[in-house]
Amino acid sequence: MIGALAVLLVFQLIGEILVQASGWPVPGPVIGMVLLFLALRWRGVLPTALRATAETLLSHLSLLFVPAGVGIIQHGARLADEWLAVSVALVVSTLVTVAVTALVMRAVVGRRRGGQNG
Amino acid sequence: MDKIFNDVWVYLAASPLLWLTVTLAVYLAGQWLFQRSGGRALFNPVALAITLLVALLLLTGTPYSTYFQGAQFIHFLLGPATVALAVPLYLHWERVRQLFLPIVVGLLVGSATAIFSAIGVAWLLGGTPRTLLSLAPKSVTTPVAMGIAEKIGGLPSLTAVLVILTGVIGAVAAPALLNGLRIRDDAIKGIAIGVAAHGIGTARAFQISAMAGAFSGLAIGLNALLTALLVPLIVKLLHLTP
Repeated sequence: MIGALAVLLVFQLIGEILVQASGWPVPGPVIGMVLLFLALRWRGVLPTALRATAETLLSHLSLLFVPAGVGIIQHGARLADEWLAVSVALVVSTLVTVAVTALVMRAVVGRRRGGQNG
Repeated sequence: MDKIFNDVWVYLAASPLLWLTVTLAVYLAGQWLFQRSGGRALFNPVALAITLLVALLLLTGTPYSTYFQGAQFIHFLLGPATVALAVPLYLHWERVRQLFLPIVVGLLVGSATAIFSAIGVAWLLGGTPRTLLSLAPKSVTTPVAMGIAEKIGGLPSLTAVLVILTGVIGAVAAPALLNGLRIRDDAIKGIAIGVAAHGIGTARAFQISAMAGAFSGLAIGLNALLTALLVPLIVKLLHLTP
C-alpha cells in the first residue's frame, strides 16, 4: 500500500514539475494521471497493490471534497446577497450539462452504428 | 471541572488532530445515514458532512483556517486520487477506444455547455462579475477549478464551494435524469456525470457500476484539460472582468 501510494505521489510530483516548468494551463495531477496511464499501457501489467490502493482511494472520493466544502462558511455574505442567481445557475447548468452531454453522445453513437441505440 | 474542560479545549483547538478526526467521524456518520436511508440520493454524504461541520464550527466559534489546519490532510489526498483515476481508465481502455468519437464530441459539447450555462443563468439573474467568474469553472474538480478561478479573477475559495455544490446537485439528480432520458449505456452515463459533476458525481457513478465510474473518472481528467483551455477564452469573448 505504501509502495502504491508512493507511485501515485511520484506521478503527481512529475506532473506538478512539468506544469510549473512549462506553464501549461493544466493541473499537475491531471498530467500525473495521463503519465501513469501511459506507463501502465507501456508495461501492460497493473500491480495488484496499485489497483487496491487506487480503488480504496476512489471509493472514498467524496470524503476528499468535504474540507473545501466547509469553506462555504467564509462566503456567507456573498451567498446571502446572490443566493438566487447562484443556486439557479448551479442547478440549471448542472442538469443541462448532464442532459446535453448524454444526448449528444447517444446521437453520435447511434449515427456511427447506423441504427438505434437505447 | 470547568477548568479541566477549558484546558482540554484550549489544547485541542490548537491541534490539527481534533478537526481531522471530527471530519472523518462526521463523514462516516453521513455515510451511515445514507446507507440507512436505503441509498436515497437526497441523503448525500458530502452534503450531510458539510452541513454538520459548518454547524459545529459556528457553535464552537472556530474559524475556517483553524479547521483547515486539521482537514488539510484529507484535502491533500485530492491530488493522488486524481492520479489514481488512471487505474479505472486502464482497466476499461477497450471500451474507451470503441467510444472514442462519441466521448470526444460529448466532452467538447458538455464542457462548453457547463461554462456558458452557468455564466448565462447567473448573469440573467443579476450575479455580480466576480461571482460569474467564480462560477465559470464549477464543473471541474476542486484544485483545478480553484487554479482557473484565480487566473481569471474569480475567488478561488468561493469557486471551491460552488464546485462542491455542483457535485452534490449532480450526484443527487443526474442518475434519475439519465434514466428519464432513457440513457442505458453506463459509459455514456459516466461521461455525462463526470463532465457535469466531477469527483462527487464520480463517487455516485461508481455506485451505478464500475464501468460508469471509470468513464466518469475519465471525464474528470479530460474536462479539467478542456475547461482550463476554454474558460479563459470564453471570459475574454464575453469581456468579463472582476
